[in-house]
Amino acid sequence: MHLGVSESMRECEYNQISTRSSTPMETPYKNRTPKKRKWESFPGRNKFYCNGRIMMAKQTGVFYLTLALILVTCGLFFTFDCPFLALQLTPVIPVIGGVLFLFVLGTLLRTSFSDPGVLPRANADEAADLERQIDVANGSTGYRPPPRTKEVVINGQTVKLKYCFTCKIFRPPRASHCSLCDNCVERFDHHCPWVGNCVGRRNYRFFYMFILSLSFLTIFIFSFVITHIILRSHRFGFLSALKDSPASVLEVVVCFFSVWSIVGLSGFHTYLISSNQTTNEDIKGSWSSKRGKDNYNPYSYGNIFTNCCAALCGPLPPSLIDRRGFVRSDAPQLAPPTNGITTYGATQSQQGHMLLFCSPWKQITLKAAVIKTFSPSGVRHLIQVSEIKIKAAATPLLQQHSSEPVILTTCPENGGSMPGRGPLTLGGPCASLPLGQPTPPTSIPSLGCHEAADMLPIHGHGHSHNHSHPLQEPVAHHHFLTPEEVPSPPGMLPCGSPMGHNHAMQAGFYNPASQDSLHEDSVRGLVKLSFV
Amino acid sequence: MAETHSLQDMRQQASVAAKVFIQRDYTNGTVCHFQTKFPSELESRQQSMAFWSNSTCFQFSREKINKQQFEETVRTLNNLYAEAEKLGSQSYIEGCLACLTAYIIFLCMETHYEKVLKKIAKYIQEQNEKIYAPQGLLLTDPIERGLRVIEVTIFEERSLTR
Repeated sequence: MHLGVSESMRECEYNQISTRSSTPMETPYKNRTPKKRKWESFPGRNKFYCNGRIMMAKQTGVFYLTLALILVTCGLFFTFDCPFLALQLTPVIPVIGGVLFLFVLGTLLRTSFSDPGVLPRANADEAADLERQIDVANGSTGYRPPPRTKEVVINGQTVKLKYCFTCKIFRPPRASHCSLCDNCVERFDHHCPWVGNCVGRRNYRFFYMFILSLSFLTIFIFSFVITHIILRSHRFGFLSALKDSPASVLEVVVCFFSVWSIVGLSGFHTYLISSNQTTNEDIKGSWSSKRGKDNYNPYSYGNIFTNCCAALCGPLPPSLIDRRGFVRSDAPQLAPPTNGITTYGATQSQQGHMLLFCSPWKQITLKAAVIKTFSPSGVRHLIQVSEIKIKAAATPLLQQHSSEPVILTTCPENGGSMPGRGPLTLGGPCASLPLGQPTPPTSIPSLGCHEAADMLPIHGHGHSHNHSHPLQEPVAHHHFLTPEEVPSPPGMLPCGSPMGHNHAMQAGFYNPASQDSLHEDSVRGLVKLSFV
Repeated sequence: MAETHSLQDMRQQASVAAKVFIQRDYTNGTVCHFQTKFPSELESRQQSMAFWSNSTCFQFSREKINKQQFEETVRTLNNLYAEAEKLGSQSYIEGCLACLTAYIIFLCMETHYEKVLKKIAKYIQEQNEKIYAPQGLLLTDPIERGLRVIEVTIFEERSLTR
């Protein structure tokens, strides 16, 4: 194969690929099968409703109990007590009651349905970069290093930032990982089963407003139901009053027990807000003076008023997890076009799309690689290099032609006489890129090694791989499976080393797995700007 | 097919070589602030030039990555994020108004933070077009990475026609 493959030949090859493949290759790369939204492949244990607009924890039973209690109690109040009170006292009572009730409901739903401030998990490139930094810092002993922490001085206080093994990030200060929801949440307060969600940076004010208004509502209903019973007793006698209005008894009981807990909770959170602490910090005693004389809260603004304003009236940050965005499948990856193919495929959550969106040149590349494979000198290296990519991008092909070594990349050291050289590989770095799989597909960069095993046909070609793990499971949701799939520790670097011929460039190079087609679009656009 | 051709051209000429991540700097608390230190990987990138194959030698010509420019970009971004998270009268008014309307108002209007994020997106796009794309770099908007990092993608320049 030569660089100068003619246009017509390319077209030929393209067509060949498309006919052989089970997927409709002729679909232009821009045409996609129904897109998936990001919430559908969200890695945390959350439930989504209304096509991603509503986000809750997995266990929502208690939330429905809360809702039922509020609705039933208020319903009974408005039905049985309000008519009497409106007539005997003033109609303002039901109005205030109604306003309070609506406010409580609004804030409850807002707390329960919104994103508490979930930190999206690091994608493969970032995780690899962090791993590399940590390894460099630890001396890279080969075994799993001890729990990773980073110390940072904030306003004179030394704060330890912990590394989250699930999310593959160093947690920002005040963030914590909720084990129930399996997410890192910014300014994590607590996980509240009553609202069926975590309480964090983005919904703390709604939560506080909820419990504050609920305390007012509870006290309101309690006092007016008592008033109602007393007024009735004056006229008809106590027992008769109770008989006339049995609902009131139920309301009193519910309110009586609620008042203590809700008012108590409101008071507690008022204290937390005024001192700018989270429940988490208070329980752990992070800033308590008992820990040391010099221990103080570095986040406090100094006075109660500013702390309250900051917590309740400060700017509301938007959600970082973009639930309703679409999973982009054609993000260009840190890889040559070949990788691009796989990458594109990789990012797509449905494997059937693996080659669907591929632009013709990618398909050409694929074909070219196939041809190249047969060249004896090229087989070994190509397999090494392209294995991962094949998984992501060529699975349909593999399934069809298991005997055909669909190697996607070509390494320059093989003489690189592959057609479309440029598109095929990174050229030089192909061989020299350590994380070898020069540019493994999106989801695969760090998984690459581990997923290599998926390509059994390739293995069957007589090339033994260091990283042949019998992972059969296709990566369905590349976008978010990355962190889950990577066995600890992310084996990217170790994986890459044996595979790559050249570790020299390891230091700064990763096989990024950008899953962002917006990114890709900008890339295309920008590259166009610079080179066209 | 025209698109294909241009893609081919582009791909033949540039592909991602590496990514550098600018991490958050938490010394000022939880405010969104990125490290302004110029990453060493970007400096070393300027050296790696010769990618070749047996039959082809690809030249590499890239402008020196301007350290000052880069730091200026990051500093501007930090200022924009500080503006978004500022506790000022505007945010207080917005917060109080929202509270009084039981936060229904958030369904209708855009918050101050969101407005600033749009400004940031525009700024990054501008910077990419004017400064970084000619240097073979691409800055990714941090919001797409959950405000964890500024991702700098380094492209390998390669021209098939030597």
